[in-house]
Amino acid sequence: MKFFLQNVINAVQWGSFYSLIAIGYSMVYSILMLFNFAHGDIFMVGAYIGFGITTLIIGICAASAIVLPNWLILTLIIIISMFLTSFVGMFVERVAYRPLRAAPRASAAITGLMIGIVFETVILAMLGAKRVSFPALIPAITFNVGGVFITNQKIIIVLVSLGLMFALHQFIKRTKWGMAMRAMSFDFVVVPLMGVSINTMAALTFAIGSALASAAGILYGIAYPVLDPYMGIKYGWMAFVAAILGGRGSVMGAALAGFLLGFIQIFVAMIFPSTLRDLIAFSIIIVILTIRPHGFFGEAYSARLRL
Amino acid sequence: METQNSKSPTEKTNVLNTIRNSINKVLNLIRNYFSEVPLLGWFIGTLTAVSLEQLVGRLIALSLGLPKIPVLFGFVTILKHPYLIPSTILYMLVIYILPIVSIARLTVPITNWLAGKLLVLPIFISVIIHLGLLYLIMHLWSGISDYRVLMLRFILIAVIATLSLNVVNGYMGEFSCSHPGFMALGAYGASICTVVLFVDDSMFGPALLPPAIGPFMFPIALIVGGCLASVGAFLVAIPSFRTRGDYLAIVSLAFTFIVKSLIENLEIIGGARGLSSQPNWANLPSIFICAVACVWIINNFVRSTLGKALNAVRDDELAANVMTVNTRRTKMTAFLFAAFWAGVAGGLLAHVLRYVNPGTFGIQKLAEVLAMVYFGGLNSIQGSILGAIGFNILSEALRPLAIYKWIIIPSMLILIMIFRPTGLLAFKEFDVKKIISPKQKQKKEVQNVIASN
Repeated sequence: MKFFLQNVINAVQWGSFYSLIAIGYSMVYSILMLFNFAHGDIFMVGAYIGFGITTLIIGICAASAIVLPNWLILTLIIIISMFLTSFVGMFVERVAYRPLRAAPRASAAITGLMIGIVFETVILAMLGAKRVSFPALIPAITFNVGGVFITNQKIIIVLVSLGLMFALHQFIKRTKWGMAMRAMSFDFVVVPLMGVSINTMAALTFAIGSALASAAGILYGIAYPVLDPYMGIKYGWMAFVAAILGGRGSVMGAALAGFLLGFIQIFVAMIFPSTLRDLIAFSIIIVILTIRPHGFFGEAYSARLRL
Repeated sequence: METQNSKSPTEKTNVLNTIRNSINKVLNLIRNYFSEVPLLGWFIGTLTAVSLEQLVGRLIALSLGLPKIPVLFGFVTILKHPYLIPSTILYMLVIYILPIVSIARLTVPITNWLAGKLLVLPIFISVIIHLGLLYLIMHLWSGISDYRVLMLRFILIAVIATLSLNVVNGYMGEFSCSHPGFMALGAYGASICTVVLFVDDSMFGPALLPPAIGPFMFPIALIVGGCLASVGAFLVAIPSFRTRGDYLAIVSLAFTFIVKSLIENLEIIGGARGLSSQPNWANLPSIFICAVACVWIINNFVRSTLGKALNAVRDDELAANVMTVNTRRTKMTAFLFAAFWAGVAGGLLAHVLRYVNPGTFGIQKLAEVLAMVYFGGLNSIQGSILGAIGFNILSEALRPLAIYKWIIIPSMLILIMIFRPTGLLAFKEFDVKKIISPKQKQKKEVQNVIASN
């Protein structure tokens, strides 16, 4: 039982990474009806930006002998790198997606993949092939709750990601921008006629998605303080699968499916040898998709789809 | 202020238009000048150039101050030693461009007459003659260095892989991500066949059959690999052709991960360490034959009734269904067919590398094959051939740039996608008869038609 609970906590932690990334995939899909295949690499870039900002802030603090509390540094880092990474997302939209809006959707997928490769290469060229280690911001304190070990890092990660998801939910439900987004995802042909610019909305979705991915990157850096340029491929594709499982274009579904994916992965690794993890996890996903082809929260659509 | 603002863009477009027009004029002049050269003429010109390189290439290269014959059209030399640019360009001019252009243009009457004679023969004989010439060119060209041989082998395999993916992504209009998985299945299927049967190996023990008959059984091993890939495709197709859209993309992506993970966990075939000691049977002739067979069969497939049905399914599945096309069966057939060729490509690749491991067939491979398909052009055979050749040559030519090559190639591809969203040579028909027919006669016919009108 203790072992089980321990794994539940790990799964929730992994699930929050996947959810934050998957939300970005889903939001872009809901507006433009195509997947942002560069999103995994935006996550990676976001983590690296977070790494850069952390080093910078710690350096400034050390140089000017200001002692900032750790929670303030963390908040600053998350906010600044979310802000900066949102520009990366808007850049991707401007370069790889806006010129191809009238083109077949697969072409936009290719440009997304290619811009992802460019990001990986740029990071690789800038920092070299060696992995960089994320500075330890929060000294790990382990709580022992009835034999289950919980670190304060895990609590912070889960709380921050849940908070961000809640903020996004409020943004979409309460603000005018959010209303425009919902309208756009309902009908992207008629809504631009009502005075909502599709370019602005697309840029905004990319920005929000990238900001969340950046937050996921920093939280990942706190939990596993080793960054490498190919982490975008590894976790981005998993989050993509989560976005599909949740239902195309459903933000809520993506968040929940992210957690589900975390659970599947951790529990497969718990029961079976860990080398079989991908095999069994993806088999389960195919089975789920066979039963529910449009995911948990997605809508079934007819054979006519914009191509 | 307003007038200025409104004026400057028009001026800009005017300048751009004049530039574009003058470029088009020059291109049209060149095109008109060479419009009468049949394929045979180009082949003979290239053959001359290649044999010239064999005979005097070394001499000319040394006298121009080059260390050796530029292996890959001088790209690598230029990037490594920029001061050698003039002599490399001169070499290219003397050895390739001048002989090809002059001979192709000067022999127009002869080659057109020959091509007309060949056209009278049954089509497969004239095609075989053309292919023989093409192989001769490749053989002579690659006779200079082993590097060229290896590159040609990789390019021809890439042609097979690209064409097979084009059947799914171009002709069928779905987005399949499972090609690395199919190639892995084909590679392992063919490798296990050859290694178990014909090689004394530490993993599978002594050879079961005499190795002497091995090369004759190699096609069968490739077919086994292809069929294994088809079985995998069947497993993907059962759940994924129920709905349209991104559904195939995700199931096929999961399939790629599953195959990779499965092979990593199967210790009996080497696991993550990989499988080695494949016999060296995938030499240039055998790969050339495979590639030609692939082009021929896939071209016939997409031009058949089934291929037309496939295009109908892509354009409008509902309408195709109404027009009595069995959409599900059509898609299944095409997908299995494409997977078979991907498997063959994988089998050949395994026998060229003579070592496979599951890491070869990951997301990187997927990005590579997709890039080749979209670089060349959807829904066209010549597009896929161009894509495979262009992408491979580009990636080899930019090798001296090391890692920066992976900034340049994706950027180029993004530009191609922006200006030509379906690729360079998309939606073209590959008509063999039209390609090998003489060019002069056509013009006369046109003139006759004009005159009679």
